[in-house]
Amino acid sequence: MSFVLSQEQRLLKQTAGDFVKSRSSLKRIRTLRDSADATGFSRDIWREMAELGWVGMLLPEDDGGSALGYMDLMMVMEELGRGLMPEPMLSTTLLGANAVLLGGSEAQRRELLPAIARGELLVALAYQEPSGRFDPHTVQTTAEPSGRGWKLRGEKCLVLDGHVADRILVSARTSGSIADRHGVTLFLIDPREHGVLVNRQMLVDSRIVASIRLSDVAVDESAIVGEPENGGNLLEAILDRATAGLCAEMLGAMSAAFEMTLEYLKTRKQFGVAIGTFQALKHRAAILYTEIELARSAVMGMNQALDEARPGASALVSVAKVSCSDAFLLAANEGVQMHGGIGMTDEHDIGFFLKRARAAEMTFGDAAWHRRRYAELEGY
Amino acid sequence: MREPLKSENDLCWGGKKREYPADVKRWLQVMAERGWTAPTWPECYGGGGLSKARAKVLAEEMARLGLRPALFGVALTMIGPLLLQEGSEEQKRRHIPAIVRGERLWCQGYSEPGAGSDLASLQTGAVADGDDFILNGQKIWTSLADKADWMFLLARTDPQAKKGEGITFLLMDMESAGVTVRPIKLIAGNSHFCETFFTDVRVPRENVVGRINGGWSIAKALLGFERSAIGGMFKKERPEGDPLVALARRYIDASEKEIGDPMVRDRITRIRMDQKRLEFTLARTAENAKAGHKPGPESSILKYYGSELNMRRQELIQSILGPHALGWSGEGVDPREVRMTKEWLRSRGNSIEGGTSEIQLNIIAKRVLGLPE
Repeated sequence: MSFVLSQEQRLLKQTAGDFVKSRSSLKRIRTLRDSADATGFSRDIWREMAELGWVGMLLPEDDGGSALGYMDLMMVMEELGRGLMPEPMLSTTLLGANAVLLGGSEAQRRELLPAIARGELLVALAYQEPSGRFDPHTVQTTAEPSGRGWKLRGEKCLVLDGHVADRILVSARTSGSIADRHGVTLFLIDPREHGVLVNRQMLVDSRIVASIRLSDVAVDESAIVGEPENGGNLLEAILDRATAGLCAEMLGAMSAAFEMTLEYLKTRKQFGVAIGTFQALKHRAAILYTEIELARSAVMGMNQALDEARPGASALVSVAKVSCSDAFLLAANEGVQMHGGIGMTDEHDIGFFLKRARAAEMTFGDAAWHRRRYAELEGY
Repeated sequence: MREPLKSENDLCWGGKKREYPADVKRWLQVMAERGWTAPTWPECYGGGGLSKARAKVLAEEMARLGLRPALFGVALTMIGPLLLQEGSEEQKRRHIPAIVRGERLWCQGYSEPGAGSDLASLQTGAVADGDDFILNGQKIWTSLADKADWMFLLARTDPQAKKGEGITFLLMDMESAGVTVRPIKLIAGNSHFCETFFTDVRVPRENVVGRINGGWSIAKALLGFERSAIGGMFKKERPEGDPLVALARRYIDASEKEIGDPMVRDRITRIRMDQKRLEFTLARTAENAKAGHKPGPESSILKYYGSELNMRRQELIQSILGPHALGWSGEGVDPREVRMTKEWLRSRGNSIEGGTSEIQLNIIAKRVLGLPE
């Protein structure tokens, strides 16, 4: 157990912070949105991130990665979060690469992981369905045996970076009924295959996702990732890890929103004094600070559990996600309120954090969903 | 001494005025002989002289064997460390060995009826007279004053100086002539809080800690020790499983599955998650301190959040008890339920004692966030 950052971790955080400052700004995020950029992020920045070793960070060295852990990943994700960077870490590094790492065959690993780590291959995970809210086990998409392979049919939604992914992992039901934990299998498909319709959508936080329609998409046995029928458990493991990365990103974003607000409290004058002199605002700022520090502890505790592969890690993922969802929303809501009228304008950046807070809360399960999950995991 | 502690009453606070069972006294004596009631204090003052690493081994071994600590109290957590850091050689020789042996129970004379959150406005006066100070005034919320042998206190020695500048930190023998103690009954029934009155009490000049009129900085140094002691308060081992879930099973739903009331289930989850976050924050603070980093800003939130969380926990226990929370006395009233209700009433003081929650938030806003005055 260590909540004290190592020398290497501090250096990594510093490097990531410098990188975000030199390559990006909230102005760039705004321009990506306003220009309706087709990609929604910068492929040049993505390539540089791969060269720095961040894209393949979690992968073993044999697979072209840097063999680092989640506490290390936190150093990078937090800084990316500060800059609201939309580059596809969540989809490719956390969902896609983890799926192949945890479930993939030798051949799949060799084919995909080094290319992912080099930044050449984007991989998305299509697990959510319109009727399932946040539950990864609600799968109506079907895979039926057909010849020597399978035929996939169904609809997926909110596929992060699905609009640019070179490969898409799809969860499909191979047996059982709609919300069964058992009977789900993961398939890896190429979006260019016949019958795949990828529809680009922009979300409230101006990040890009896809809704995907699968109309009798033919795949063979080699497309299966992980144990057939047992994709539900694989999905849980993937989503736990992706949530860890998302939490670190949220921590960075909430910290940036808070710092922006704190600066405003110190400089904005009303009634002849800085508004930060008012106790009504001071106390709320102190409570917000407390929530952010507790969220930071929760994220660190979770990362340690994941890095040490402790049995209670999944429950701690839920603790961290609840903490980060609540604290980020509070930071964003208070940020807008304390900025007053200017905080409601599109011209001011604080609104970007509010929108990201909402979207991040709803990604991989909101706070209420994770509290229910925690109670189930803990047996009450 | 392997029996688990059941309540505050099982703790040994030491002192000459309190009676303890023979086994408790014997355990205290055995531990004190080795200096293990204060393992890291220097041997020349009766302490254990252990390095931090070796003291940790001792604590771990005691925990493994399920042994109770032999001695508790502010003497070990606050005034002892303060005297070792700020006291004169004579003060150390006089008080530290006695603290190690558990012979002196100490109490803290800070708050006054007119000086609560605004502590620096205290009015208890100490006027120099030859080799003594003559003390007049009143302290309130002096925990265990009726059982204490000594008190450390703040008194005004220069009424003309600015609020914080005319205060002196004094050590006072509770047997001194002119000291009167009156216990205060709280909303939960009895309590260990007292009022203490001083009428022309003589305190020798040698009992001043630090400089005359320099007591405010001593008080602040003491706060640092208090903060680390508060950290320890929330580490509650619960080997028998979560009592909240056990209570919900007893009073709401005896099944082994999902707790039937979804609102109670959700509230239990919120408390458990918040407890976990607080535990992680405590570990973070402790590890950073051990690594030689200054107490990080995260340590300033512990008192505020720990108090508020315990109060929410007690509120939830009342909700789970439902109508069973109401009994106070009489036949058929379950004493365990009365105890829980009294704990809830007692918990309302958590956000008041040791600096109110509002004062804690002021401190965070000023010292950590740098918000303007």
